[in-house]
Amino acid sequence: MIEVNDLRKSFGKQHILKGITTKIEKGEKVVIIGPSGSGKSTFLRCLNRLEQPTSGSIVFEGEDLTKVSEKRLYEIREKMGMVFQHFHLFPHLSIMKNLTLAPVKLGLMSQSEAEKSAKAMLKKVGLADKADAFPNQLSGGQKQRIAIARALVMNPDVMLFDEPTSALDPEMVGEVLNLMKQLAEEGMTMVVVTHEMGFAREVASRVLFIDGGVIAEENDPYNFFNYPQNPRLKQFLSKVL
Amino acid sequence: MSDFMDKLHSTFIEGDRWKYLTNGLKNTLIITFFAVLLGMALGFLIAIVRAAHDKTGKMKILNFFAKIYLTVIRGTPVMVQLLIIYYVIFASVRIDKMFVGILAFGLNSAAYVAEIVRSGIMSIDNGQFEAGASLGLNYRKTMIYIIMPQAFKNVLPALGNECIVLLKETSVAGYIALEDLTKGGDIIRSVTYEAFLPLIAVALIYLVIVMFMTYLVSRLERRLAKSDRG
Repeated sequence: MIEVNDLRKSFGKQHILKGITTKIEKGEKVVIIGPSGSGKSTFLRCLNRLEQPTSGSIVFEGEDLTKVSEKRLYEIREKMGMVFQHFHLFPHLSIMKNLTLAPVKLGLMSQSEAEKSAKAMLKKVGLADKADAFPNQLSGGQKQRIAIARALVMNPDVMLFDEPTSALDPEMVGEVLNLMKQLAEEGMTMVVVTHEMGFAREVASRVLFIDGGVIAEENDPYNFFNYPQNPRLKQFLSKVL
Repeated sequence: MSDFMDKLHSTFIEGDRWKYLTNGLKNTLIITFFAVLLGMALGFLIAIVRAAHDKTGKMKILNFFAKIYLTVIRGTPVMVQLLIIYYVIFASVRIDKMFVGILAFGLNSAAYVAEIVRSGIMSIDNGQFEAGASLGLNYRKTMIYIIMPQAFKNVLPALGNECIVLLKETSVAGYIALEDLTKGGDIIRSVTYEAFLPLIAVALIYLVIVMFMTYLVSRLERRLAKSDRG
């Protein structure tokens, strides 16, 4: 579904990604871990080209995102949902409007269709009663669940999660992870950057360790956590586990 | 006391002199109203060009001209601009002074509005642009539906203030012999040789209008703050 080939990204003289090659299949749940500053978020943000890669290619459903026109890029992004660390809900709009804005303004659904779909999504994330609330009235965990619902209303083929629980109070991490697990069970293709090792172990079909701008190790979760090969990964795991 | 009543009478009643004030006020309000419209419309356009350039690196040429415009307009006094427009640009044409006033104050205000609005756009967290983009909304749609409503709310007090400043700045319109409120009061002074009453009256009228405008802005602010309740 997504093929990344020799992806490189520099900010000025700083090389963040130094050649990443990987393939994400439909239905896979890829969890990316690594120390801060390793480039894992940058990698994720390159996947829908929020970050402009310096070189390399990203082929999503047969199209190279580094070569498509800007107009096409926006159309492709409709199929790639993204969830941010800091939610980025639209504070001036009600929850219902947060969910329906994009599908309606892009002409994908009528207002009533979008509202129907949004209601179903709100129910799915357990916040059906919040349709008329505004983002500032919600807790962090609720905001993040709304952000996930907002992405899901677009019927994406893949969901990208950029440290979705890092900005949450510990007591709210669970509700978001549970929702993500539920999504995983439903077969959603997911790419998740996270520090939640438990989630990686339980949900991932593959875990990537990005360090120094390259994939230093990748494996299924069992072998990844129990038999790490790379010395940096061993060191990293000994600190976080 | 009767001395004061006499002065009041000679200043405002005799020869229907109050008409200088009402007519002046009418002109001041007309100029302010249309100059605000022109200033807001042009100001928003300039701000959008400037912000688009800052955010996406496009519109280089337009941005270049916008920057020159802002530098020139903000770098020279509005009175000088008014005189130049009337005595230089429209020197050889007979033209309605009101039109010149609206044009001069509108063009001037646009520069300030542009920077206010641009600062509002730039103050919106970049994550809002990214959230829009990640949903497939292009820059234009993100701007219209996500950024501008928030930016507008943030800069509303500053925009209201700009309207108030504009109203007061129109008081230099008398320099092109345009009979605005200030000029009206000044005419009465020159006829009656009595400065206190007409000028205080003029000041009071400005004050009342400004207070009213301040009230309107704060009401609008409260309405827009709805989504901030938490």
